[in-house]
Amino acid sequence: MTRFIARRLLVTIPVLLGLIFIVFTLARVIPGDPCRAVLGERATDAVCDDFIRRYGLDQPIPIQFGLYLGQLSRGDLGVSIKHSQPVTQLLIDRLPTTIELTLMALLFAVVVGIPLGLLSAYRRNSPVDVGSMIVANIGVSMPVFVLGLLLQFVFALLLKGTPFALPPSGRLSSGVEVMSLIQVWHLENVTGALRGFLDFFSRLYIPTALITGQWGPLGDALRHLILPMVALGTIPLAIIARITRSSLLEVLGLDYVRTARAKGLRERTVVLRHATRNALLPVVTIVGLQLGGLLSGAVLTETVFNLTGVGRTLYEAITGRDYVVIQGFTLIVAFIYVAVNLLVDLSYGFLDPRVRQR
Amino acid sequence: MTDHHPTHPAAPEFGAVDTLVSAKPASLWRDTLAGVLRQRSAVIGLIILGIFLFVVIFADQIAPFDPRQSMLGVETGVLKQAPPCVHLLGCPADRYEHIFGLDTNFQDVFSRVVIGSRISIGIGFAAIGLAIVLGGTIGAIAGYVGGKTDNILMRFMDVVLAFPSLLLAIVIVSALGSNLINTMLAISIVSVPVYARIVRASVLGARENDYVTASRALGESTSGILIRRIMPNAVTPLIVQGTLGIGTAVLEIAALAFVGVVSLSEITWGSMIAIEFQRLFTAPHIILAPGLAITFVVLGFNLLGDGLRDAFDPRLNR
Repeated sequence: MTRFIARRLLVTIPVLLGLIFIVFTLARVIPGDPCRAVLGERATDAVCDDFIRRYGLDQPIPIQFGLYLGQLSRGDLGVSIKHSQPVTQLLIDRLPTTIELTLMALLFAVVVGIPLGLLSAYRRNSPVDVGSMIVANIGVSMPVFVLGLLLQFVFALLLKGTPFALPPSGRLSSGVEVMSLIQVWHLENVTGALRGFLDFFSRLYIPTALITGQWGPLGDALRHLILPMVALGTIPLAIIARITRSSLLEVLGLDYVRTARAKGLRERTVVLRHATRNALLPVVTIVGLQLGGLLSGAVLTETVFNLTGVGRTLYEAITGRDYVVIQGFTLIVAFIYVAVNLLVDLSYGFLDPRVRQR
Repeated sequence: MTDHHPTHPAAPEFGAVDTLVSAKPASLWRDTLAGVLRQRSAVIGLIILGIFLFVVIFADQIAPFDPRQSMLGVETGVLKQAPPCVHLLGCPADRYEHIFGLDTNFQDVFSRVVIGSRISIGIGFAAIGLAIVLGGTIGAIAGYVGGKTDNILMRFMDVVLAFPSLLLAIVIVSALGSNLINTMLAISIVSVPVYARIVRASVLGARENDYVTASRALGESTSGILIRRIMPNAVTPLIVQGTLGIGTAVLEIAALAFVGVVSLSEITWGSMIAIEFQRLFTAPHIILAPGLAITFVVLGFNLLGDGLRDAFDPRLNR
């Protein structure tokens, strides 16, 4: 197992280096004058020269790349040209929104998708099966933002005034606030990395409210998250349900399931204990693979639901030619993606001993 | 999960398909077509796509109005964001007929959806076509040459796959400049690894077959072996993945247009939604029409792709 992990980790290194290189190159290729994009069209040449020197943009590209690698190794993602704020600070501010949204959407997809897939397979060709597969087919075909807009229309406009009405935008109602861990636990004099982590965690409203018992804000945050979560989670839900269904169907046809039935086990035991366990193996991979789609979809969901997360920030950075932010954010997102894929691979090796030997 | 075994017994027939067609009417293609038509969902997919293909080809004839023409001053008593009006469905005869209504600029939404189909679907086709050619070449070289070349090419594909595809596409379009060609290129680039992997797997599976060794012994050139003997094995999975891929590409074009990296002056379904999505609560029809168009096209490609997969997979043949 250790060798398996080591080998997978080693393979990741060139991928990460490639990532850094591509992100760096793409950020440089983006057309337009960074100085005037930031300081405005009327900035004088002298001011711009100073600006370009200050951000090292006058150095040859290979040297810029070398400097960038050195910076990264110290955990420094640079200072945003536009926000004049360290990119890490910007990440602490905005990444939690995206993480919370993505994880809740994934949770929704798994919690609804797997049972739905199992039920569909077990009751093959029943109305439940046919119905859920039709919904799944439409679900994977509808753009995230169209679904998001439809949900807003139904739950924020048509159902307005009923108990089912849900807020169409933002993370909290105005006036509601989730107190940060630092405020709740009076940790004002904590500094450094721990402070950064506490700030970061506090921006994850749901877990923060949960562990500090702020029930009112917790309910408010959850209500705000439902629509974006459903909008973003529907495509993975449909995919997960379909894979679960076909996987269980395949397993149910295998010899060992017949043996289990033949020795007189109850049908429920056969399906739940014997078949489902093996059927869920491919589902683990699929769940991991959904993350890329979720991160992509988060950009769209954030736009529709007016959330200031990674996607929105990245988009603003691209239109504003803020290289540093583009580099930093794309890189972090890609790193997260690679890390999750690695975890999925490893969990697969853990769940299925045959994988380790390959 | 249906993973493809490129060496299934029927595969070699692909290579000789041109000689077989004239000799024996029951060709693999005919069997496949029959297999596809046996499946209800695939037939529904084909019907949906047939309708949209018709719309794309005859868009100019179908669109009742110029998609950029404002009805203001052309029709009397015209309303901004007028809801749909179909005379057959009880809309008063003294009002002008706009079956999907008007948008904020007094333009006919139906005409815009019809004309928008060209870019929205056309770019998807072009992007996936290019991705298949590029990915196919990379995969074939990687699989056939093997060794270091294989390693370098496939690691590079891994790097591309390590980005969430839409994010990468957004960055690429921003880097190259936002026009339709670059949108097509971006979607193509992010799709290349998928096709490279499929072709490489097929090549690896077919490379050691006896008929390939025989061709080599007969002195056939490397490119000849690759193109005539090995690549036919990759056709089936490429067709299936390509069909599904066009659906994904249509979604990605819409998403790129929605976030605004595609110029909003182009008439595409995504940009129609991008322009109007703030007016969701006052004029939902403007968003619904292009939104449903995207959904149906993608649904069509998905249903057809699934149907093709089942039809091609001999293990599922009944």
